[in-house]
Amino acid sequence: MAKKIGIEVSLAISEAVKLADVDAIAAYPITPQTHIVEHLSELVADGDLNAEFIPVESEHSAMSVCAGTSAAGARTYTATSSQGLALMNEILFIIPALRLPVVMTLANRSLSGPISIWNDHSDLMSVRDTGWISIFAENGQEAFDLTLQSFKIAEDHRVMLPINVNIDGFTLSHVIEPHEFLSQEEVDSFLPPYDPPLQLNPDKPVSMGMVGIPEIYFEAKKAQDVALIESKAVIKEVFQEFGEKFGRTYNVIESYRAEDAETLLLTMGSIGETAMEAIDIMKDEQGKKVGLLRLRLWRPFPVDELRELVKGIKTLAVIDRAVSFGGTGAPVGGEIRSALYSTEDRPYVASFIAGLGGRDVTIKDFMDMVNLAEKMETEQEVHEYKMIGVRE
Amino acid sequence: MDALNVYAAKLAPQQESLAPGHRACQGCAELLAVRLVAKTLGQDFIIANATGCLEIVTSSYPHSAWKVPWIHVAFENAAAVASGVEAGIKILKKKGKYPVDRDIKIIAQAGDGGTVDIGLQALSGALERGHDFMYICYDNEAYMNTGIQRSSSTPYGASTTTSPAGTESIGQVTMKKNVVEIAAAHDIPYVATASPSYPFDLMEKVRKGAEAKGPAYIHVLAPCPTGWRLAPNLALSIGRLAVETKVFPLYEIENGKYRMTVSYKNHRPVIDYLKPQGRFRHLKEDNIEFIQQYVDASYERLLKKIEMSEG
Ligand SMILES: Cc1ncc(C[n+]2csc(CCOP(=O)(O)OP(=O)(O)O)c2C)c(N)n1
Ligand code: SF4
Ligand SMILES: [Mg+2]
Repeated sequence: MAKKIGIEVSLAISEAVKLADVDAIAAYPITPQTHIVEHLSELVADGDLNAEFIPVESEHSAMSVCAGTSAAGARTYTATSSQGLALMNEILFIIPALRLPVVMTLANRSLSGPISIWNDHSDLMSVRDTGWISIFAENGQEAFDLTLQSFKIAEDHRVMLPINVNIDGFTLSHVIEPHEFLSQEEVDSFLPPYDPPLQLNPDKPVSMGMVGIPEIYFEAKKAQDVALIESKAVIKEVFQEFGEKFGRTYNVIESYRAEDAETLLLTMGSIGETAMEAIDIMKDEQGKKVGLLRLRLWRPFPVDELRELVKGIKTLAVIDRAVSFGGTGAPVGGEIRSALYSTEDRPYVASFIAGLGGRDVTIKDFMDMVNLAEKMETEQEVHEYKMIGVRE
Repeated sequence: MDALNVYAAKLAPQQESLAPGHRACQGCAELLAVRLVAKTLGQDFIIANATGCLEIVTSSYPHSAWKVPWIHVAFENAAAVASGVEAGIKILKKKGKYPVDRDIKIIAQAGDGGTVDIGLQALSGALERGHDFMYICYDNEAYMNTGIQRSSSTPYGASTTTSPAGTESIGQVTMKKNVVEIAAAHDIPYVATASPSYPFDLMEKVRKGAEAKGPAYIHVLAPCPTGWRLAPNLALSIGRLAVETKVFPLYEIENGKYRMTVSYKNHRPVIDYLKPQGRFRHLKEDNIEFIQQYVDASYERLLKKIEMSEG
């Protein structure tokens, strides 16, 4: 077992990209993604990574260049945040439709306005329906491991879809954490070189991105949806293989001390680490029957796994980091309500929004949300969503 | 050279990378130009195509007119997609991972809207980064695919669906953006204007652009019978009139050196070019006089640049 190295999470991600022997990187700087791409350009400049680094003039072009490099058959990586992701929006839809396995780190940051560089999940939620696989990392080790696994998942011929790996901006991207790196030999034994099923090659000409007339558009979209849903099996397979090889096993939903729980918190991203501390205190010091689910896979949504994990649970408190303005629930909370609606004995779902634009979500906030959710359950309170930790 | 241009059909290379049976309008000079480009480039090239007429008429699934690799992603990003294809193939070749080791030309192609308006930023980025590719703008002087709306490449006085001539307007009130000079300002090895009405001149420029190391930009005037309100059989002759009236001079800028590639001793008045086109039908004598003066002045400026770069 390799020894742990203390390093900034952004740099650890860049090291994973290097170990994946990426061929092409196209990126445009935006806080808090910058350290990742700065380090990658250093690696290229120093000859430590044999790749093309294309310093584009915008994120729209970053994603467009990624379309080109990936269609040429190159293993392709990019990273962005917030406004950068919003500017890419148009092309984000086209990448999965072209079945291009681009891997992107999303250092999650709130969207303007007002302009804010701090963390929440409003950027990802704004591109929810673009057809990408979306995975969350909670700490540096996960970010490193999931970046490597993402190339394997995306490029699997049964998948051929792009992936965004989400890390919370600043609270994760900029912290120094101990990481256990894998050696090049270990990575090579796990991640084969990219073998594109189709590529732009004059000896075998193909037309990519043709017009979808009404007779074909619908079928093309259905095929894309099926591919995304079916990617879950491959994701689980890759998680399993990684675990067997390197001893760190990932699940589409991670469950923490949920046995015998009556109330479950559900989080996405690095607040899960604070939530675990809150659960420990509530369980060990207050004797409460609580537990925690951490959603790792946001798309495709792990419906079956969720239904299984909440069996017998009375109250589920879902914590969102984004708003769906005027909607029927926050993005994750609303999704979970509809995932459980058709199940028998479903838990009461409380939908909370916390920590927008870098507002801290504290241990006490989690405890308060558990208590509030239980009270709401008792009263069977009808609500859409509640904002926690905001001044009225 | 000019005499040869008349025999183009017989003398052009036999190879065809653009198949017949595409859906362009009758008399579309844009598709004629594309065919000449494809003939010149042979088989070893890859196209990144912007959204627009050219994309729509050649790629209605499952019928592709392209016998070479072709990719369309969106409207404003052909230059960026081409940058990616170029960079991708370059690194894969370096790593011994690309299955073909011949020289492969990367071509970005777009309409005037996809180039001079919404695609200008991506174009500038790609030219500035120095990718080894050739960008070809097929300029039919409006957004034809969406129904003849004005672009910044639409000439002064033209009536379009968003710059309609009316009692208070003569149609387009701005001057055609000179994107050829904008491309040249990036100090790239090769920039040229071209016309399908001068096939050999066009093919020679495509050859030069493809051979240049680094970015090349070719701006093709592509008469569009549908949008210019012109009889389909006149598309090629109107292209000649554009040159004979100095409206669209054919020149190149090779490593900074300007050269007129087709020149006439005597030029025709602009009215000969404007008259057959319905989009200029409403213009009055003084409008035409104004256009004549503008065309003369622009041409003089170009001659000065040529003179300076010779000196
Ligand atoms: C972002 C975006 N905006 C608008 C459109 C609609 N649109 C498609 S093609 C086109 C005009 C194309 O004009 P041009 O580039 O001149 O090509 P042409 O069709 O004239 O050959 C427009 C406005 C689009 N597809 N994407
Ligand atoms: S509208 Fe004009 S440019 Fe488009 S296909 Fe028809 S003739 Fe060609
Ligand atoms: Mg046009």
